[in-house]
Amino acid sequence: MKSRKTACSAQALQLEDNSIQNRGLTLDTAASYNDKVVRQFSIMVVIWGIVGMLVGVFIAAQLIWPQLNFDLPFLTYSRLRPLHTNAVIFAFGGSALFATSYYVVQRTCHVRLAFDKLAAFTFWGWQLIIVLAAITLPLGITQSKEYAELEWPIDLLIAVVWVAYAIVFFATIAKRRIKHIYVANWFYGAFIITVAVLHIFNNLALPVTLTKSYIIYTGVVDAMMQWWYGHNAVGFFLTAGFLGMMYYFVPKQAGRPVYSYRLSVVHFWSLIAVYMWAGPHHLHYTSLPDWAQTLGMVFSIILLAPSWGGMINGMMTLSGAWHKLRSDPILKFMIVALSFYGMSTFEGPMMSIKTVNALSHYTNWTIGHVHSGALGWVAMMTIGSIYSLLPRLYNRESMYSIKLIDAHFWTSTIGVVLYAVSMWIAGVTEGLMWRAVNSDGTLTYSFVESLKAVEPYHYFRLLGGLIFFSGMIIMAYNVWKTVSDKKPVPVAVLDPA
Amino acid sequence: MDINDVRGILTAIIFFAFIGIWVWAWSSRRKQDFEASAALPLEEDTYITTNTTNKRENI
Repeated sequence: MKSRKTACSAQALQLEDNSIQNRGLTLDTAASYNDKVVRQFSIMVVIWGIVGMLVGVFIAAQLIWPQLNFDLPFLTYSRLRPLHTNAVIFAFGGSALFATSYYVVQRTCHVRLAFDKLAAFTFWGWQLIIVLAAITLPLGITQSKEYAELEWPIDLLIAVVWVAYAIVFFATIAKRRIKHIYVANWFYGAFIITVAVLHIFNNLALPVTLTKSYIIYTGVVDAMMQWWYGHNAVGFFLTAGFLGMMYYFVPKQAGRPVYSYRLSVVHFWSLIAVYMWAGPHHLHYTSLPDWAQTLGMVFSIILLAPSWGGMINGMMTLSGAWHKLRSDPILKFMIVALSFYGMSTFEGPMMSIKTVNALSHYTNWTIGHVHSGALGWVAMMTIGSIYSLLPRLYNRESMYSIKLIDAHFWTSTIGVVLYAVSMWIAGVTEGLMWRAVNSDGTLTYSFVESLKAVEPYHYFRLLGGLIFFSGMIIMAYNVWKTVSDKKPVPVAVLDPA
Repeated sequence: MDINDVRGILTAIIFFAFIGIWVWAWSSRRKQDFEASAALPLEEDTYITTNTTNKRENI
């Protein structure tokens, strides 16, 4: 009896073995990387990029033709602008950070991502948050804190998803089979921890109804909390996280190790130590105490050193491989992204100097600065990394069309240059007109005159935005042709090193 | 000791920690580890397909 049973199960085992063999796949998930969640987030990068930038283009048009709000409350600039910022930062940028961090941490730790189900929860949870934002912001449901507009129930959901993200990421680090933690993971890790702290403390609020709450901070303390959060959202969400991306995908695409690993260690510690203090430069000449303003200015200027250290480290990774720029548009994306990173991290410290800020603040110069960072650095690094990543996720040699990547590169570059240059001119024009006084002390220009003076530059900004946006459509087509007919193949986990 | 002494001491500690990070990163004992780490992004994926199923044992 017993021996027959054994024989039976042995036969069954063999059958099962055969069926696995026939399908050409092994179902041993422990020995493969979890790339499903990476693929999901990667695809959403493209979709949310298109949505977020389309809203941006639309509100840029509204600044020229205000009647484009059609007198509908949910189409007004005031409601769509936070939708644009949330969509591009948290939906587009956030999905890119999730996708690449999950990919990089597995590859550089030689281990499968921890907790499959929790990782899936972070994907669906993050998408739900984005959808809720897209519904509530146009309805005017807002906390009125810049980049933290979402009301308290959504804030709670963000906190839960973010903690899940931290658990998945750090549990994967904890079970790594490589002794040293690769530098990209340090940047991703700092980004995850800091964003959790920033989000929770900036959003502490007393709810009164489901859709209305009051922030617990008041007056200048509220302003300081807001910009402590706001500037570190730039420093950790849009910088540290994307530097993690840079430290993995630039060496990968260049086929060379990072220029100086030692420099990357110093880069990491100095960047995260200094960024935290730069927030007060958003509050120059306000009721914030002078010493706090000066502190913010000094730290912002110091920040130039780690920023450029990292930029040079990324650029020099290509030394000896510069010829690859001729044939590889993905590398072009990355190098131009690093150039914009260098330019905007020079411009930022300069604008934080009080006397410069007196000219630039509240003008379109700030908008130009933000977009040379957000489009030039963040979006172009993301786009390059996604083009590098996607074919690997679908077992392809490369994207469907290299020529279309090149076309996308030129639309992005021309778009962002048009955008930034027109906003610089507009900003300096506004700054000079606002501060001009007659000999008797009265203002030379009325506000409306300054609006009229910058109108031509609004057209150029719209044109630049449209060109950048058209590149995203090219990308969507290229991605579709790359993935639509391909069945993903599992990737084996590498041995410990 | 008042709060300003603490601030001064803290500044000194952070300054020396910063110098310490440079020394640590540039010490020759780190070289080998760092070189191994820097090579990590250059590893290529091994796909689990029919062709590689048998080789999987060695991966």
